[in-house]
Amino acid sequence: MKNNKFTIQQVVAAGIGTALFVVLTETQIPVVIVPNTALQVRAALLAFLSAVYGPVVGGIVGLLGHALGDAFFYGSVWWSWVVPDAVFGILVGLFVKQYKIREGGFGGKEIAIFNVIQIVANAIAWVLCAPVLDILIYAEPSNKVFGQGAVAFICNAIMIAVLGTLLCFAYSKIMTKTSSLQKEE
Amino acid sequence: MERKLLTYEEKDTWIDKLCGVTKLVFFLCWSVTSMMTYDTRILVLMLVLSLIIFKISRTRWDQVGSVFKFILLFLIINLLAIYLFSPAEGVKIYGTETVLAGSGRYALRAEQLFYEFNIMLKYFTVVPSIFIFIVTTNPSEFAASMNRVGISYKAGYSVAIALRYIPDIQADFRKIRNAQMARGIEMSKKGKLVDRIKSTTAIIFPLVFSSMGRIETISTAMELRSFGKHRKRTWYMARPLKRNDYLVIAVSVLFMIVALTITYMDGSRFYNPFV
Repeated sequence: MKNNKFTIQQVVAAGIGTALFVVLTETQIPVVIVPNTALQVRAALLAFLSAVYGPVVGGIVGLLGHALGDAFFYGSVWWSWVVPDAVFGILVGLFVKQYKIREGGFGGKEIAIFNVIQIVANAIAWVLCAPVLDILIYAEPSNKVFGQGAVAFICNAIMIAVLGTLLCFAYSKIMTKTSSLQKEE
Repeated sequence: MERKLLTYEEKDTWIDKLCGVTKLVFFLCWSVTSMMTYDTRILVLMLVLSLIIFKISRTRWDQVGSVFKFILLFLIINLLAIYLFSPAEGVKIYGTETVLAGSGRYALRAEQLFYEFNIMLKYFTVVPSIFIFIVTTNPSEFAASMNRVGISYKAGYSVAIALRYIPDIQADFRKIRNAQMARGIEMSKKGKLVDRIKSTTAIIFPLVFSSMGRIETISTAMELRSFGKHRKRTWYMARPLKRNDYLVIAVSVLFMIVALTITYMDGSRFYNPFV
């Protein structure tokens, strides 16, 4: 039964998470230097959801959220940037047990783990995955895409380190109360 | 901020009556082809075809106009950036060099223009297909038809929930932003970077936490109704695949295969008019 409930929650979390991700597509702070990259609030959301609900939800939200957001707002889907978001969600989600967010235990050690993992996952997604796909799919010049990838990596890493950590921390604080209530039952 | 989103609108055309999944297959084949090929002939053909389909779907300009202008801006920035970073990329690809004007690193080369023209075509071939897909597909019917082609109904349900709640969460987003503005928090683009990050935080926290509450509520409600107990479920909006659906799917797949075969026939994905 418990296992079953978890699945339902994942289904819903993936759905609502995707909707949130899509809505937040436009909430971004542009970085002037490199075109088409920005400080993206949704990156922090993706990291947070992956850390709370695990790799399946992270992967779906990254893939579907990015594809739908691109399609709804920009009328075009850049698969070379959709896939890295899914990769990022899965990578962060894989270590869901380490963060202890739902158990209300997201403290100093967990914050460090979360940030190390998010930075590594970001590097894999944006410095490796996105530029390589850009070159394979669109045959764009390599110095341009690696430049864009590096900027995206730095922006996302900063955004998640600040906003992502705060979200996890605040949510974990709320969870402490409810989980201690459940133990009384 | 208030740019209009693309939304579904019911119309009485044969494209409208196709199953969601048929349109998804078409869209996926179409975008794979356009991603893989750099063959100018095929891209031009695809552009013409997609404009014809666009016409048939009776999509009106005011449904997609504002989004299209945005793409145009995006495209121009991207093309300029490519030129800035690599003004001789076309020379590398096509193997010849024809300088039209200027000299040095940023000389204007025919190959570069042709290469960037191809990138532009690639954008333009995909855009109408996405417009058509979104504007003619009923979200509920789409989720139902995903299940029909063997995708687990739980995944279908995630998609259905996502599509269903995008307008709701958007409304929440606006409410929270207005409330914060009423409290005197600067939300416009005038603010400094740090202020803008702070003001964004003031929206994100209430928005994310109310959504987390929403997840709990909906999943509890679904559990009470025994969601996921059985391995199958039926859909109110489900439509059987008809003759037209099979036809469109067959044509899409065939088109993809033929287009990619022509593209790769001479061993390169680029069509080279220079040699």
